[in-house]
Amino acid sequence: MTQAPDAPSRPLIHAISLTKRFPVSSGWFRRDRSFAHAVDGVSFQIQRGESFGLVGESGCGKTTTGKLLVRLVDPTEGKIVFDDGEDEPTDIASLSGRSLKSFRRKAQMIFQDPYESMNPRRTIFDTVAEPLKVQKIGGAIERVERVSEMLGMVGLTPPATFLFRYPHELSGGQRQRVAVARALVIEPIFIVADEPTSMLDVSIRTGIMRLMEDLAARLGISYLYITHDLAVARYMCSRIAVMYLGKIVEQGETEEILHNPKHPYTQALLSAVPIPDPSAARPPVKIEGGVSTPIDPPPRCRFYDRCPVADAFCRDSEHPPLEDKGGGRMVACYKA
Amino acid sequence: MHYMTRAGAVRAVDGVTFSVERGQSLGLVGESGCGKSSIAISLLKILPDSARILSGSILLEGVDILPLSEDEMREYRWKRISMVFQAAMNSLDPVYRVGDQIIEALELHVGSAPSEAVERVRELYDLVGLNHSFIPRYPHEYSGGMKQRAIIAMALACEPAIIVADEPTTALDVIVQDRILREMRKVRDALDMSMIYISHDMAVIAEVSDVVGVMYAGRIVEFGETKDVFENPIHPYTRALMSAFPSVTGEKRELATLPGEPPNLLAPPSGCRFHPRCPYATEECRSQPPPTVRRGVHWADCWNPPEDQSP
Repeated sequence: MTQAPDAPSRPLIHAISLTKRFPVSSGWFRRDRSFAHAVDGVSFQIQRGESFGLVGESGCGKTTTGKLLVRLVDPTEGKIVFDDGEDEPTDIASLSGRSLKSFRRKAQMIFQDPYESMNPRRTIFDTVAEPLKVQKIGGAIERVERVSEMLGMVGLTPPATFLFRYPHELSGGQRQRVAVARALVIEPIFIVADEPTSMLDVSIRTGIMRLMEDLAARLGISYLYITHDLAVARYMCSRIAVMYLGKIVEQGETEEILHNPKHPYTQALLSAVPIPDPSAARPPVKIEGGVSTPIDPPPRCRFYDRCPVADAFCRDSEHPPLEDKGGGRMVACYKA
Repeated sequence: MHYMTRAGAVRAVDGVTFSVERGQSLGLVGESGCGKSSIAISLLKILPDSARILSGSILLEGVDILPLSEDEMREYRWKRISMVFQAAMNSLDPVYRVGDQIIEALELHVGSAPSEAVERVRELYDLVGLNHSFIPRYPHEYSGGMKQRAIIAMALACEPAIIVADEPTTALDVIVQDRILREMRKVRDALDMSMIYISHDMAVIAEVSDVVGVMYAGRIVEFGETKDVFENPIHPYTRALMSAFPSVTGEKRELATLPGEPPNLLAPPSGCRFHPRCPYATEECRSQPPPTVRRGVHWADCWNPPEDQSP
């Protein structure tokens, strides 16, 4: 694939005001429906070959955002422009039928739980070959070859000893390697990885992280890497976006954000991470209470209820826009 | 402690010895399947039918609780030793008010009068940082973090001498985890209570424990004061765990990868159980159980310990 001279200015993925609301039934006889604002006007870009991280606590909308990008969930509003440099840029949200199927050749997802994401009755070969079957790629022999090659690539060697085993015969780390092989077998250029290592033990985790990095470098894959763990994001992502209740509150270079967080939520999140050093003292976490509900939130800043620096202006204004603070840093806070 | 399975005996806990002083916090760290939770359920004698404690003793304030009958054990559980488990927040009964569940525990175990019990629940809610307005509410009205705090309140209700906490914050977000860790530390100081804190997370262990035991394949492979273990780890497994653990703000170093997988405890490896994954393994490690290396109270079982780095 030759890159056009203007390639850097054309991101692989450009999400524009992406929104997903889920209807919530609030009573048997209520007619006015409530909505959970899972993802609320989120915009970001992912460059070719980049690993972009979405970070946040449970319920912040990071997984829904990931599913939107591979069209496992349809957006309520907004656009996702996908531009692989080969075909015309297209809005993923508008795809259907054959065009959606050909998009799925280019974009894949890896799920969090290697115990749940595989059919226990199918062999490893069946599992990894599934995308080839769906996409009608290759004959029987070619599929065995490709699956074997993939298993070798993800470190399940010798591949022949794994082909006809079942998921229950593999450990968690091995299963997650199978999940990576399944996502890679049709040579996608974009992968959404949803907490791929959070179920794994530390000694196994690094292996999977390194594998994903190597493959990205070798095959030119871009990632949307979803994690609740800032330390993992630090190792996997050059840029991250911090989400809170469906909104991106801060975005920028990973190292910059970790060393100089500007949004009060990012600051709290960072100070809450335990430090593996018994003599280190952590600053106290300044925020109170739990995450408020995403169901029909008031228009003001989503973080207002818990914010240590919020004032009357924050209470009476709309949710702050994501503003460019220079150096690629974007922050959504009136006080930052 | 072994689990009897059709494939044979799984040696989940294999000759583990440790002690916890009054007011002290012991952290047990290790990966899935290393036997840390099996220790927790052995200490409380709440074993599943398949599990057997084959030998050893558990001394609680000088009394061996192992030979005690279930009736006798009931006198100890909650009152002298109590527990908080990972899935504990799902162990509240959804059809009873949370406050009532704690009151019931108090009336049953300490025989408190109803008015006393109500007063005690208020104190407990203060202690774990829950608002009194939640006492008459049902579990579904609590968030995950609040449920976990209610469970901690319940575990503290009868003022036990020791509390066993098995991954109490693992299912929670970091901000909630931070709050609970702080509350637990506060409570422990206030009541001069001992604690055994079990976690896979080195960072959490570093923050909550006075002494640490690192477990691998059913054994404690290294033990010592938290500072010593973290600053001058002896066992190669401890060192590998630490260098595989990414840090958020510290220096960004290359993460180490530990080859292989934890062993099958149906047939643990000969010699040192870590030898198949150990970069320093020698012939001795493969055939002979490792000797104990002692540096004061800090010890580890290893054939090839590194030079003593401590000043």
